[in-house]
Amino acid sequence: MGRAPQNMPGSFWNYLFLSVVIAFSAFPLYWMFVIATNTDEALAKIPPQVVPGGELATNLREVFSMQDVFFLQSLGNSVIVSSVVTASVLFFCSLAGFAFAKLRFKGRNALMIMVILTMTVPNQLGVVALYILMGYMPGEGGWNGTLLAVIVPGLVTAFGVFYMRQFILDAVPDELVEAARIDGATTIRIFWSVVVPAVRPAMAVLGLLTFVATWNEFQWPLITLGGTDYPTSMVALSDLASGNYVLYRRVLAGALVATLPLLVMLVIGGRQIVRGIMEGAVKS
Amino acid sequence: MSPTRAAPTAPRPGPAAGPGTDPQRRPSAWRDRWYRFDVRYLPYLLIAPFFLLFAVFGLFPIVFNGIVALRTWRLDDPTLDGWAGGENFSRLLGDGDFWNALYNTFGIFLLSTVPQLLLALVVASLLNRKLRAQTWFRVGVLLPYITPVTASTLIFTVVFARDTGIANWALSLLGIGETEPIDWRASKWASWIAIATMVNWKWIGYNALLYLAAMQSIPRDVYEAAAVDGAGPWRQLWRITVPMIRPVVIFTVVLSTIGGLQLFTEPMLFEPNSAAATGGADGEWQTIAQLIYKVGWRDLNLGYAAAMSWALFLVILIVAAVNALITNRLGGGKR
Repeated sequence: MGRAPQNMPGSFWNYLFLSVVIAFSAFPLYWMFVIATNTDEALAKIPPQVVPGGELATNLREVFSMQDVFFLQSLGNSVIVSSVVTASVLFFCSLAGFAFAKLRFKGRNALMIMVILTMTVPNQLGVVALYILMGYMPGEGGWNGTLLAVIVPGLVTAFGVFYMRQFILDAVPDELVEAARIDGATTIRIFWSVVVPAVRPAMAVLGLLTFVATWNEFQWPLITLGGTDYPTSMVALSDLASGNYVLYRRVLAGALVATLPLLVMLVIGGRQIVRGIMEGAVKS
Repeated sequence: MSPTRAAPTAPRPGPAAGPGTDPQRRPSAWRDRWYRFDVRYLPYLLIAPFFLLFAVFGLFPIVFNGIVALRTWRLDDPTLDGWAGGENFSRLLGDGDFWNALYNTFGIFLLSTVPQLLLALVVASLLNRKLRAQTWFRVGVLLPYITPVTASTLIFTVVFARDTGIANWALSLLGIGETEPIDWRASKWASWIAIATMVNWKWIGYNALLYLAAMQSIPRDVYEAAAVDGAGPWRQLWRITVPMIRPVVIFTVVLSTIGGLQLFTEPMLFEPNSAAATGGADGEWQTIAQLIYKVGWRDLNLGYAAAMSWALFLVILIVAAVNALITNRLGGGKR
């Protein structure tokens, strides 16, 4: 009787329903694999082919040897963009988070409120002006069409600053910072030897979330890199899928390759990602 | 729940604590100056990258957008660059494409947000039990969240194919559309449902985790008291859980409003010839974000596209405010 849900063991229906939810979540990914491993004929069958075939290698070879979509280079670009953005977000956001959580300076609270407010500003709504702005950036013809246009706006995020601040507030005792200060450590030194070791778990979560978000970005890369030979993998995927005669086994073989790094991340860091999302939710 | 804490006491450098006054060494002016810089100005240096980048690439474009919207700004003919005044906006009011896109955006938004959040609530309450393989379930519901929208939309495009798609095949097993398979790209309703399904698929698990996090911080004795009073699980969910996690519910409502009204990737790639950005042969499912892309980078009229994005901005502000208000009422008003 009088028990909180958290203490109630799951019933049979509970497990069944959750399993259906998981199956529904996983189904499109399974279906992607089925199509990516089959031939055109198999895919035209009714009732549909429901098991993976043996044509994955053929389909992949076709994706990577296409004449007008340079998928391999685009994947490489995605790796570059996501890695640079992730490294930068981790670096700048933990520094800023540290400053907001543990250092004293004038206007700190007002500035932190500004950071939080910027999270609600939908950046996407400025795409037209952002595109024009990129055209004025130094260099021949500006930054449109170059990776700089997708990397630079992502170098720091308000969410990252907020997230690191929350974590550093709890994870680093003030006494430790003070003690280091009395020992003559500079602020940077304190950051490096006291804060960074204490917040590694949070950096892992923020890194995973940032990488996934950057990798999956579509609208802005399409606008600024669309029509170039070497966009990011997401834009290359949309190129694979547009035209008069689209081979979906080929498109989804490409989609499989572009999704794989994220699946690997979920397998390795799933527990951390879940914890990160849940912690962020309660605190905001 | 609240992160509020007393502000950390500042490390006040008393004359004895400062490194410059070490009796072994002569106080050097340089060290002193460095110390003052370190304590007083370095914090600003640490937060500067965020504010600089946000100012240039976040805030400025949105403000600048307002100026672009008042100009004629064409990508194909830079000489046409000039003042347009309110022309772009008045044209907007009479533009059938805009109203159609607004209508579609709202339709898809309602079909995706409402079921998404309700189902997320149910999933969260199911996850909020003592479960075996708990982590496994939680990671499982997050699969769609990490899947690129680009990839999942292309998969659903195949699932919702008219003749060979598995969606129609499954429906035919249930006796729906046996003689005439549903053409998911031929009518507003069918295409809206298909796109809303993609959105729901992607976000139910993520929202469920947000709800779950909030649910776990509800004091357990509240439920115990309710159960003693004879409230069943369903009643407990609506009368205790939902009101107590109201801040998170409002947060997700606002978040999915902002996201839902800017829907771009799903409608773009649902169409085989996606580069045209028409959202169906007759614009059946063309959303505003998609129309902005079409006007700006297909028709090359950036000024007009900027006006549209300002209009969308206003719509989002209004809808998010109204939604937050309604949600607040629903959770707070105990009749």
